[in-house]
Amino acid sequence: MRKALIWLPLALFAGFFALFASGLLRPDDRVITSKLVGRPLPAFDLPAAASDRPPLASTQLASGKPRLLNIFASWCLPCAAEAPQLMALKGAGVEIDAIAIRDARPDVDDFLKRYGNPYARVGLDARSAVQIALGSSGVPESFIIDGRGRIAYQHVGDIREDDIPMILQRLKDAQ
Amino acid sequence: MIAEAGLAALWLAASLAFLQLALAALGLAGDKAELLGAVRPVAVAQGLLTAIAFILLVMLFLRSDMSVALVASNSHSMKPWLYKFAGTWGNHEGSMLLWVTVMGVAGAAVALFERALRRHTHMATLGGQAAISLGFYAFLLFASNPFARVQPAPADGQGLNPLLQDPGLAFHPPTLYLGYVGLSVAFSFAIGALLTRQVDAAFARAMRPWVLGAWILLTLGITAGSYWAYYELGWGGWWFWDPVENASLMPWLAATALLHSVTVLATRDALRAWTVMLAVVAFSMSMVGTFLVRSGILTSVHAFAVDPERGTFILALLGLYIGGALALFGWRVGAVREGAPFELVSRETMLVVNNLLLSVILGLVLIGTLYPLLTEAFGHKVSVGAPYFDRIAGPIALMLMLVMVIGPLTRWRRDQAAAITRRALVPTLVALLVIAILAFKAWGRIGILPFLGIVIALAVAVGSVAPLWKRNLRRTPLFTWGMVIAHLGCAVSLGGMASDSAFTVEKLVAARPGETVDTAGWTLRFLKIMPVAGDNWTALQADMEVSRGGGTPVLIHPQSRFFASPPTTTTEAALLTRWNGQLYVVLGQEAEGGRWQLRIWWKPFVTLIWLGGFLIALGGAMALVGRERRGWLLKWRSRKAQEALA
Repeated sequence: MRKALIWLPLALFAGFFALFASGLLRPDDRVITSKLVGRPLPAFDLPAAASDRPPLASTQLASGKPRLLNIFASWCLPCAAEAPQLMALKGAGVEIDAIAIRDARPDVDDFLKRYGNPYARVGLDARSAVQIALGSSGVPESFIIDGRGRIAYQHVGDIREDDIPMILQRLKDAQ
Repeated sequence: MIAEAGLAALWLAASLAFLQLALAALGLAGDKAELLGAVRPVAVAQGLLTAIAFILLVMLFLRSDMSVALVASNSHSMKPWLYKFAGTWGNHEGSMLLWVTVMGVAGAAVALFERALRRHTHMATLGGQAAISLGFYAFLLFASNPFARVQPAPADGQGLNPLLQDPGLAFHPPTLYLGYVGLSVAFSFAIGALLTRQVDAAFARAMRPWVLGAWILLTLGITAGSYWAYYELGWGGWWFWDPVENASLMPWLAATALLHSVTVLATRDALRAWTVMLAVVAFSMSMVGTFLVRSGILTSVHAFAVDPERGTFILALLGLYIGGALALFGWRVGAVREGAPFELVSRETMLVVNNLLLSVILGLVLIGTLYPLLTEAFGHKVSVGAPYFDRIAGPIALMLMLVMVIGPLTRWRRDQAAAITRRALVPTLVALLVIAILAFKAWGRIGILPFLGIVIALAVAVGSVAPLWKRNLRRTPLFTWGMVIAHLGCAVSLGGMASDSAFTVEKLVAARPGETVDTAGWTLRFLKIMPVAGDNWTALQADMEVSRGGGTPVLIHPQSRFFASPPTTTTEAALLTRWNGQLYVVLGQEAEGGRWQLRIWWKPFVTLIWLGGFLIALGGAMALVGRERRGWLLKWRSRKAQEALA
């Protein structure tokens, strides 16, 4: 009895150790995925955020062809860092629409002039109402909308260079 | 140059730690006195070198040397000097350097000041301390070098987490670290004693001051951390059962149990194996806590840099040290003789109960902290929050408090139940009286746990001073006073907790400047809101005039602060402390129509929580000084006597 008790702490620790190791080895899956993936877009109709682009409504995203919906803001630094990747995606033939969050038209114009304008339409979401309805928690974020207006994928954070092939693949899969 | 010198000092210290381990191991194996003689000087030199490395890193931070990567990513030239200073340990690499520094300096202190331990056990202890240090040196040098340069040097740094820019927090982590790592000494003592098979009363007396010292610092660190979370996070709570908080609580629970069992071993030569086990567990909990916090496998509100590679490294260290120590325990403890027996009704039994209850709480907190990890391994995501911990740990903690009343009133070795009942009569009467009053005044308005909390707090407060009854107070030893003060501190703290959860009044309003809000007997006049600027922040500040029952109005200024680098908003709650509680006001977001969200709490006697924590630490310090002074006095007297004989 005493003999068994003496080794009990080591046995318990071995269990904890295995638990810790499994916790460490498990791939990081702490990315929050929206419950809205697979559901239709919430309905919205936003005014134009850029002076040379038309406004954006949810119905326009069901165009029969997968599109990228980018959530950004002119005051957001990672969004500026993301701009080249969006230009590259546009160059690859992807149609991109955008929602500017808590922004003003002159600022958005300025931002697009400086970093390039990959967007077909830009809607202004001055109070984050649409952003919240989309289940997005920050900028930048991107959604892939399939041709029928349903959310196929949510990308939290900026799109990096290594993400581009994955995004293209997902756009293809959403067809 | 400073950075290179720091790195050199660190490498040198690591080599000395290796030498220290080798000397101790070879010296003990071959019983070579000349090798063992070199262990102590090497330990002192190692401690000095780590201290030098740490001081050099502090200098780099104070000079804002942005060519050092760590300074560039964690400091900013605009920052007030105190926070540049505190920035040294407000990051991963710096805090790990602090860790090895404390370990090295503690080892040097054991080499210099430990006189009570038998020579072989002493050497084995120093060897053990060096062995633990080596792993952490390797971690620093290979996986988190604090002195790495960055090319080219940036023009300025990237700031420090603004939440950490607070004088309280500048000194809270180092205090905790001193406690965490101080427990490494107890761990090394246990290893040393297991290796030499000398687990007895003399060993316990030698280990006790080191445990006590680490425990005092842990107590202070936890108390300070709780107060910091209370006023800086702006949520009005003082303990959130966050993994990082639990990481500091678990070593404390183990150390508290150890402190009591080591007393049994020192006084009565009982509980030998158990005490050694606890010494291993206490520091293991420190390491597990560090691992949980630093590896990022548990999500916490304390956002630390998450790095799985470092996590793997610390996990390997955990396996090596904890696994090694427990294996050594299993292998050697059979050779440790059974300690002295004792009767069922005795002080020893009470302390065993204390130890069991503390261990149960420790186990429950550990399970609660790790449960999300466990379920995640099986594909479910859960989070374990305050309701679990409060409901599970609360009642056991209350039971523990009851034992605290009876324990000190029980005699060592053998006692009569009737005699204990007689001695505990006054605390029991006080408890009954409080039950009657509370039941009459507040039945149904407060929860059962706060209700019991208040009753037990008052009973313990009376019970804790009961050991002084009928004693000559001036001739009562200082360590007995220490116990009384520490137990009284527990009662005071419990009283604060219970009062806070039973009687706090909370109000959330949206008010316009010029309006008046009434709550819990206080009148708040919202005067105006305006921007103010500090060293490296700007804030919106609300000016408010508060008064109670028509008394003189006082101005308070809750703020919503914005830091530029990195961009972060923090709330600076306005606290108004009165003898019977605290008014806590938080300025929230702007609402519609020029209104501002205000969150107002009146928290009766909440300050007792931290006053109690301070008293517990003070009691520990009195016990430490009392024991040590008694040792010196005895030694001095015996030397005098010898001189007189010669």
